[in-house]
Amino acid sequence: MVWQVTEQVEEERRVHRTGELFGQFETMDQQRESASLGMWVFLVTEVLFFGGMFMTYTLNRSTYPGIFAEASRSIRLSLGAINTVVLIGSSLTMAMAVWASQAGKKKLIPLFLIGTLALGTVFLGIKAVEYHDKYVEHHIPGPSFSFEPGADVATNAHAQLFFSLYFAMTGLHALHMIIGAGLLLWLLRESLRGRFTPQYNTPVELVGLYWHFVDIVWIFLFPLLYLIDRH
Amino acid sequence: MSEHHIVSPKIYFAIFAALMVCTGLTVWAAEVDLNHIFSGMNVVVALAIATFKAALVVLFFMHGKYSSKRTQMVIICSVFWLAVMLFMTMSDYLTRAWS
Repeated sequence: MVWQVTEQVEEERRVHRTGELFGQFETMDQQRESASLGMWVFLVTEVLFFGGMFMTYTLNRSTYPGIFAEASRSIRLSLGAINTVVLIGSSLTMAMAVWASQAGKKKLIPLFLIGTLALGTVFLGIKAVEYHDKYVEHHIPGPSFSFEPGADVATNAHAQLFFSLYFAMTGLHALHMIIGAGLLLWLLRESLRGRFTPQYNTPVELVGLYWHFVDIVWIFLFPLLYLIDRH
Repeated sequence: MSEHHIVSPKIYFAIFAALMVCTGLTVWAAEVDLNHIFSGMNVVVALAIATFKAALVVLFFMHGKYSSKRTQMVIICSVFWLAVMLFMTMSDYLTRAWS
C-alpha cells in the first residue's frame, strides 16, 4: 500500500539523517568510506572526461607551439590570476564548511557555504568579462573569427584551434561550477534546516570533494591557457 | 583509519597560504625565460607547480592523506589512467613523421 511505502521511505530518511548504521554495513567507518569512495570513483571518470580535452590540447600545442603562445598572450593574465586566487579561496571556505559540519558548528555551516557560493559567483562573473573581451576581439571561433588584422589563413586556423580549446575547456569547467553552485544552494537549504551534524554530514563532504576537484581542473587550466611563454 | 579524522582549520589555512604562494610563483616563472636552459623548461616548471598544488588540494582539502588505502588506490588510478592516455597517444603522434 502506498502509505506504507511512504512510511518506509520516511523511516529510511530519518535513519540516514541521524547517521545510524545501515544494514548492509558493519561499522560507521565503513559506511562513510563507501560514500566517499563512490564519490572518488565518479571523480576518476571526471578526470578522464577532462583528460580527453587535455590530451587534445597537448597534441595541438606540441604541433603549433608558436601560435599557441601568441594566442595565449592575447588573454588577460590579470583576470586569470585573480580567478585562480578566488577559486582557491572558495576551496578554503568549502573545506571550512566541511570542518564546521564535522565539528558540530551548525551556525557556521551556512556562512561558509554562502562564502563559497559568493566566490564561485565572482569567478563566473570574471569569466564572463573574459568571454566578452574575446567576443569584442573577434576571438570566438566561427565565421567572424580574426586573430589579428592581416593574419594569414594558416595563422587564423591554428589560432582558432587554441581558442576552440580555450572555450571548450573553460566552458566545461564553468558548467561544472554552475552545477556546483546548484549543489551548494541545496546544501545551504539543508544546513539552514539544521540537517548536518557530526554524525551525519556526508552531503557536505561529497559536494566538497566535487568542488575541490573543479578547483584542481582550474589549477591546470590556468598555466596551460594563460601562461604559455609569457616572457 | 580506525576513527573519523577531522582536519583542523589551521591546516586548511596553511594549505591555502601555500597554494597562494605557488600561484604567485607560477605567474612569476612564466614571465622568466627558462627555455634557454632547455626547450620546454617553462612548461615543465608550470606543470610541476600545478601538480604540486593539485597534490596539496587532494591530500588536505580532499582528505586524501587521511583516507583509507582503498580510497587512495582509486585516487592514484585516476592519475595512472590519465598518464596512460597521454603517454600512449603522444608516443604515437610524435613518432608518425616517417617521410
